[in-house]
This record gives sequence, C-alpha cells and structure tokens, in this order.
Amino acid sequence: MLARYRILLPVISLAVLLCLTFWMQPRAMSYFGLNLLFNLAVPIALATIAQMMIIMVNDIDLSLGAFVSLVACVTATWLNDAPLIGALILLGLIASYAAMGAVIHTLELPAIVVTLGMSFVWGGMALFLLPTPGGASPSWIRTLMTIKPPLIPMAVVAAILIAALTHILVIRSKIGTVLRGVGGNTRSIARAGWNVTALKATAYGLSGLFGVLAGMALVGLTTSADANIALRYTLLSIAGVILGGGEFTGGKVSPVGAVIGALTLTLAASFLSFLRLSPDWQIGAQGAILILVLTARLLLSRKGAAT
Amino acid sequence: MTMKPWVWGWAAAGLAFVVTLMLTSGRGAGELAYAALSFGAFAAIVGLGQMLVITLGPGNVDLSIPACMTLAGTLALKTMGSDPNTAFLGLAVALATGFGVGCVNFLLIWLLRLPPIIATLAASLIYQSLAIWSNRGLRIKPPEGLADFATGRFIGVPNVAWVALILAVVVWVILERAVWGRWLLASGQNARAARLAGIPVEAVRAATYLSVSVFAALAGYLLASFSGGAALNMGAEYLLTSIAVVVIGGSSIAGGNSNVPGVLGAALFMFLVVSMLNSYGAGAGIKSVLTGTIIIAIVIAASTRRSRQ
Repeated sequence: MLARYRILLPVISLAVLLCLTFWMQPRAMSYFGLNLLFNLAVPIALATIAQMMIIMVNDIDLSLGAFVSLVACVTATWLNDAPLIGALILLGLIASYAAMGAVIHTLELPAIVVTLGMSFVWGGMALFLLPTPGGASPSWIRTLMTIKPPLIPMAVVAAILIAALTHILVIRSKIGTVLRGVGGNTRSIARAGWNVTALKATAYGLSGLFGVLAGMALVGLTTSADANIALRYTLLSIAGVILGGGEFTGGKVSPVGAVIGALTLTLAASFLSFLRLSPDWQIGAQGAILILVLTARLLLSRKGAAT
Repeated sequence: MTMKPWVWGWAAAGLAFVVTLMLTSGRGAGELAYAALSFGAFAAIVGLGQMLVITLGPGNVDLSIPACMTLAGTLALKTMGSDPNTAFLGLAVALATGFGVGCVNFLLIWLLRLPPIIATLAASLIYQSLAIWSNRGLRIKPPEGLADFATGRFIGVPNVAWVALILAVVVWVILERAVWGRWLLASGQNARAARLAGIPVEAVRAATYLSVSVFAALAGYLLASFSGGAALNMGAEYLLTSIAVVVIGGSSIAGGNSNVPGVLGAALFMFLVVSMLNSYGAGAGIKSVLTGTIIIAIVIAASTRRSRQ
C-alpha cells in the first residue's frame, strides 16, 4: 500500500462509525451532540501523539498512562496553587522524559522495560502528591477546555489543530524528517553526521511535552485529578497510533492518522453506549472494533500489494 | 569465567530477604519466607510463560496474561461452585480456558498478521468482558480441599512453590535438552535463518503462545484458590511483573536467549523488595517509586555488565 493511502483507512473507519452513531442517535448530529461525543477525545489525541513520538523512533512507551496521571495530579495541585512552581515541575517532567530517551539510547536499554519501571516511578509520585482524588483545575485551563467557538465544537477544532500542527512538525519540518529517519535507519542517520542520542532525547522530550499537554487537558475537562485517572491511556494511545495507520518499526507514523485513531476510539465508547450494550461487554466490544479495523487494514494492504 | 546471569536475581533476592529481616530484627523469618515463596510462585509461573514468548524475538510479548488469569480463575471457581471433590474438574476448566485463549491469540497473530502486542491487547479486552460477564460480582469460595492445598506446605515449602518449581524444571529441560527448545531459541535469534534451516517456525510460535496462556490460566486457578476466590482485578499486577521478572532474570528482551533459574530468583526478588519497603513503613507512593527505580537500576547494571564482556 502506498504511503499516501495509509491515511485512507483511518478516515473511512471514523466516517463509518460516525454514520452508525448518527443513525442510532440522530440527536447526536448537532453542535452539542458532537461536543459530548468528542469531549474526552482531546486528551486522548494528545496522549496518542505522545506515544507516536516514541513509536516513531522504534521504541514503545508503557509508562504514558502513569505519566499523564502524574501530570494531571501536578496540574490539579501545584499548577493551581503555585503556578510558577507547578510550571517548573512540568518542565522538569519533560526534561526527565528527554533524559530517559538519552539513557535508553546511550546504554542500549530495552525501552519497553525502562518505561515499565518508570511507570512505577510516575505512579508512585502521583500517589504521593494526591493519595486521595482531589485538587482543582486552574481556571484558565478550564476556560480553555470549555470554550465554545461558533459553528464547530471545541473538541473538533482542537483535534484539527493538533493534527495540523503535528503534521507540520513530524512530516514537513526538517527535524521531523530526521526523527522519522532514526526509526527508519538509525545507522544511516548516524553516518550522515547526526547525533542520534540528541535526536532520541528530542523525540522523547516531544513525547513528554504532549504527555504534559494531555494531562493538563484532562484536568481541564474533569476539574479534579487522582493518581489513576489516566492509566488506561497507555493502551489507548498504542491502539490509537496503530489504528491511525502507524507501524511499530521503521518510523512509519502518521500524526493525522493518530489523531483520527484517537477520535475513533473515543467514538467507539460512545457508540457502544448508544447500542445499549450491557456494560459487561463494553470493554470487549472495544477490543472487537480494534480487531475489526485492523483486519480491514490487512485486506486493504493485500489488495494494494496485488495491484 | 564470567558469572552466570541468573546469579544476580538470586543474590538480589537474598539481599532483600536479609535486609527485611534486619529491619524486623529477625522476627518473622518463617512467615516472610512462606509469603515470598507463595507469591513468588505465581509471579514465576506467569514469568516462565512470558519468558518463552519474549524468547521468540523482538515484538513478541503477551499482554493478555492478566485477563487470562482472571478469566481462568473465574470460570474454574464458577464450575466448582465450592463443591468438594471438584478440584480436578476446576483445574481442567482453567487449563481449557488457557488453551482457548492461547488459540485465539495465536490465530489473531497468525491469520490477521497483527503485531502480538496489539493482538493480545485487543483480545485481552474481550477476555476481560467475558470474565466480568461470568463473574457478576459473586465471590465463590474454592472447595475446601483445594484451598487447603493452595495454602498448605510440603516439607516446609508452600505447595504452590512446588508447582512453580516443577514447571520450571520442565521448561528448563524442554529448553535445554529437547529439540523444541532449540527450535524456539533458533527462531528467536533469526526467524528467517530458522525457517530456511527447515524449522517449523509457525508451529513453534503456536506452541509458545499456547503455553503462555496455559501457564497464566494455571496461575489464575492457583491464585484464586489461594486467596479464597476470584476477583476481577486479581491479575492486574501480573502484567508488569511478568515482563519485569523476565528481564531482571537475565533473559534478553531482544529474544533468542532465555534463563529459567533467573526468572525464579527475580520472582522472589520482586516480592521481597515490596515487603522490604513495607517493613520500612514506606507509604504506597514511595514504595512504588523505589520499586521502579530498583527495576531500572538492575536493567542498567545488567546491560553494562553484558557490554563489558
């Protein structure tokens, strides 16, 4: 399948799911309805982009959910009570993500294990900050997340903005191209005179940045935080990247696809509740949708290979 | 002569044991050893399965272990319904569940060509739903005989630890002495070369994904019997644990190299670290931070040791 068609399947799956949802529940076809459907998509889309930055350089981040939870806890406590210190903590978290990338590359450690260990660290720090659910969202984040632009709901605008900005950053810009090169062929990037350690640190740092944005957006929506608030984001973000046409190796990622993948996953949850499916089966049906879309991708790519 | 990599897991476990005893000034050594061997056994059983999968090479990992444990434990206890003399029926149900889960996982990976991470992740959501649906909040107690077996001991060592040990010996013999083990290692080192050499790589993969699920189901069955019933979140912590014990135990995460004694030592260590931090009276947050730091420190130590050799 040609790279430019990579984006087709995510778009089609989202469109099909959206049509099905509107068919089940015509009232969702409105400003208010769309806002409700996609409200929680913004933090998930940001987290998916964060995961994509890591997958882009052939690694995988199993600590993202714990990291976003920690950011949410920092946002709901320090950033709200003492904005300056809070901002410094968040910058420190981004820096530690970059350091993690540098260490993983320099010592040739398996990313899957290091991030697994870091998930304990982030989770523990979050628990230390907020042993019980609580805190409050800084009012400016709350205002930003509940803003009501004319015609198109905020969640959709935000998703388009995130997709456009990350597309420019990852696909169009020079640094993005080199970073994808690290995933494609690390050795040739090194031979071309690039400092791969710095590049990996950049990729991880970008991931940390989007993780921080995801946590802040999440608190803006939920208005409070707890230490386990975003643990499921680890798996959601990996699923979102793959649904969006990304691959685990080779630096083959699509930021627009990743955002659409995140929207599809969010919509799947809403769709299932419209189906009046017993809550027992909600999680399972999400898994089934994931398998279904990936099967469709397999069929498409086979057809593409044949022609 | 270099040190065998599995020594480190055992040394770390021994150190954690001694430090914990020093903190409690020597009291409760027996209880600590019993708890470490029991809980270590569950981690070791799932860790052995995960080790086989990871040995298959890069990208191979089973994320459905927790869901499989929960589903097997739930279905087994539901079938037994606390009736005495149904322990073996329950075991059969649990193992059959594991077999089914393994088949589904492998079919997704093989027929749909999904990356194993995504396949086992998506499938585990379905298993989780099945477990929720069949559990329905009921907490069925295991039959008395089975509960006694799961919490009992034989020559001073917990029965579950014996089960883990026997399983470890079987896995070791298969890996080191049987053709199948050689095939597994060869597939993990270079799947293409293995295929060209006439090794049935797909059959090896199938058998591996079946084994990990059957091991997880066995662990779920024993854990549910040990703790007096199946809970929906009972497998949750074993996802991270299963991967951590494989790496701490000295197996290569890149595959093609496995280490059975290391997994056992690392499983003991993982429990002892937590109990060491508990006896310090550390809060849940600090405990988690230190656990993570220790795991990363061990991975770093292991990798610098390898590169010096």
